[in-house]
Amino acid sequence: MPAINQQSEPVIEIRELITYYGERKILDGINLAVESGEIMVVMGGSGSGKSTLLRHLLSLNRPAAGNIRLFGKAVNKLSSRALHQMRQRIGVSFQGGALFNSLNVEENVAFPLREHTRLDDNTIRIMARMKLEVVNLAGFEKLMPSQLSGGMIKRAALARAIVMDPKLLFFDEPSAGLDPVVSADLDELILRLRDAMGVTIVVVTHELESAFRIADRITVLDKGKILITGTTQEVKESDNPRVQNLLNRRTEDIPVNADEYLQRLTDDLAGL
Amino acid sequence: MTRPAHFIAHTGRVSLAAIEEMGYQFTLFAESLYWLIAGPFVSQPVRLSAVADEMMKIGVLAVPVVVLLSFSNGVMMAIQGIATLQEFDAESQVVPGIAYSVTREFGVLIAAIVVAGRSGSAIAARIGSMQMSQEIDALRVMGIEPVRHLVAPILLAMLLMMPVLTLLADSAALIGGGLYTGIVLKLSLSTFIDRCFDTLAVYDLMQGLVKSLVFGILIALIACSNGFSVTGGSEGLGRATTRSVVLSIAAIVVADMIFTYFLNR
Ligand SMILES: Nc1ncnc2c1ncn2[C@@H]1O[C@H](COP(=O)(O)OP(=O)(O)OP(=O)(O)O)[C@@H](O)[C@H]1O
Ligand SMILES: [Mg+2]
Repeated sequence: MPAINQQSEPVIEIRELITYYGERKILDGINLAVESGEIMVVMGGSGSGKSTLLRHLLSLNRPAAGNIRLFGKAVNKLSSRALHQMRQRIGVSFQGGALFNSLNVEENVAFPLREHTRLDDNTIRIMARMKLEVVNLAGFEKLMPSQLSGGMIKRAALARAIVMDPKLLFFDEPSAGLDPVVSADLDELILRLRDAMGVTIVVVTHELESAFRIADRITVLDKGKILITGTTQEVKESDNPRVQNLLNRRTEDIPVNADEYLQRLTDDLAGL
Repeated sequence: MTRPAHFIAHTGRVSLAAIEEMGYQFTLFAESLYWLIAGPFVSQPVRLSAVADEMMKIGVLAVPVVVLLSFSNGVMMAIQGIATLQEFDAESQVVPGIAYSVTREFGVLIAAIVVAGRSGSAIAARIGSMQMSQEIDALRVMGIEPVRHLVAPILLAMLLMMPVLTLLADSAALIGGGLYTGIVLKLSLSTFIDRCFDTLAVYDLMQGLVKSLVFGILIALIACSNGFSVTGGSEGLGRATTRSVVLSIAAIVVADMIFTYFLNR
């Protein structure tokens, strides 16, 4: 494992995590370590349990078995006070953005600062605007979330996630539903954030292209189990058929062959 | 399963769910009190601006409806009271009749039902849609306790505004009753009010005010718990909103009956 910071303790350490929704086992014996300063991409098909894993990392759900350590501390043993403090060092951008619908963009980004710091109003607004600058949303401060496009929502959510300068950043589906240019922009942004702030980033995605662009390491989730964790190179070269399936189904689909496509559409139609 | 067994199992499940829900509401209550009292000491205070905002929405904006309904109710009580008492040639006794029933029962009941209808649904819908769009999760992962941020201000605003609304309702109903009585029995409004004060003791007013606090707590907890437990998209949101109003009104009426039984024995 050519991790970036192998001497120091991992920022995230998951051991034998088992979780259920009702009777159904969703995650089955997950082991994963994320090193300080790396970008770890959690990849997997729909329903493989990616979002569930994220919810456990955020202590939104309680696991049936196993344990999770963040910054070297077991989260299920933390007092609510300690958890409260730890959460201020963590930024999260949810799949749907989860912006507060009653607040405008600037108020959304400023919200964590207002709650957790005693800075005066002007400082807070300047800091919020600085983060909006970073995600290229300057000039949109006064818009309400319902007036934003999908890409703008993700960027605003990212600005809110980084406003407290977190040490650990979670990003659920940064590029889902965005056009390739905007999606590439966001990937670029994630890479820049890591370089500028040295933050450890966990990205959940099912977009292969985006995953390979930003990942230091990738972990592939399938039916609640981890198939492989490794560098992009290692994942590409894996001879696990399930991993290859997941990779190839996408890479084959991306370059569309116009002739074949027409052929498929018009196959066995009369008169052609 | 045989039919009776099936029925018993179903009843069991429903009762368990009801107990679980009441337990959850009690937790919300205890946690809100904790944040209201201890919040400032752990530097997570309940925001006064949020409380003021809720007082506006729950209380101030409800004033016109509460006043209108109570005034009409006062007039109706005077009509019915005079009509009934005339049969015994005792129509002057209408004043204490109205005074007692308004302050002990109807003022607070009207205020509570209006608030349950307006805010019970609005609160459940607001928290429910925040739950659906993951705003509640977002609060939690930011280290902001949803109970402190959302429930505690609502609870405090209820506790502050319900007594005020109740006093307003009492006054409006007495004025309504007084005006009608005045016209029919040629009694001036000031005489009517004087007689009311002769009749009423602090105890009667307090009965209404204490109940208003309890009703306010019931509405807040039922609305919030229904909002937090929204699942299943917009259909679930609609169900939670309706359920919140129906349950709050039912809880108010049942609680009122229990109160009245014990306070007037
Ligand atoms: N609240 C819930 N209650 C019951 N089952 C759930 C719940 N949330 C998710 N599941 C189930 O858990 C499994 C994993 O879901 P999860 O959301 O983690 O998948 P995912 O990998 O994030 O998929 P996607 O890429 O489509 O978002 C799915 O089969 C889903 O049906
Ligand atoms: Mg998901």
